[in-house]
Amino acid sequence: MSLAAEILVAALLVLGGGFILIGSWGLARLPSLMTRLHGPTKATTLGVGGCLIASMIYFPASGQAWSAHELLITIFLLLTAPISANMIAKAHLHRQGHHIDPNPADGIPDSLPAPPSGGDWATFQGAAADPHPAPQQDPPGRRRR
Amino acid sequence: MTGAILSWALAFALACVSLAILLSLFRLVRGPTSGDRILAVDTLTINVIALIVVFGVAEATQTYFEAALLLAMVAFVATVAYCKFLLRGDIVE
Repeated sequence: MSLAAEILVAALLVLGGGFILIGSWGLARLPSLMTRLHGPTKATTLGVGGCLIASMIYFPASGQAWSAHELLITIFLLLTAPISANMIAKAHLHRQGHHIDPNPADGIPDSLPAPPSGGDWATFQGAAADPHPAPQQDPPGRRRR
Repeated sequence: MTGAILSWALAFALACVSLAILLSLFRLVRGPTSGDRILAVDTLTINVIALIVVFGVAEATQTYFEAALLLAMVAFVATVAYCKFLLRGDIVE
């Protein structure tokens, strides 16, 4: 295995590990769920992508057969990460009603702002005709534990 | 046989991913809402995928990559199913 390939694989591994650590640190540290979504969904995808690219370079460079597993994992993670983040945010929003988490650092108010076109946000519009409506959340002062 | 640079980088990446798993476990235990726990489990499985990939490079084997692929699929289905359960109170309608 040549020195250039080794340095490239090592750099990608360090980059990927650092991104994964930063993403999970943001998950543990940020104040509310909507801000916590940012860390894992961006940084972790980059981090796993870095590790997988390092693996895709390492195996052909060290003389082993190339396999499609890394490419499949990369494509699958890049496809599913935004969908699962969107589902988590939607479930959180419907459980909270129109009250989002207050974020004291940014001065974000306690309630969801109205959309500029009037009416209600699109994610709440199907709720009236919904046969299984989302359970109503407690008043916004109390946080369910 | 891996060289000195690569073995150092592998040790660094393994330490980072292990620390990331501990941090997401902290968020899983702490909560406070169930959305936080879903997000923590999702992050935890992605970290485990990264751990499997780095371990595969460290061991110079491709045996474990199928486990990582299966874990990615199961984690996505589990996240979506749990979110559907929170939204509707029902999964199979």
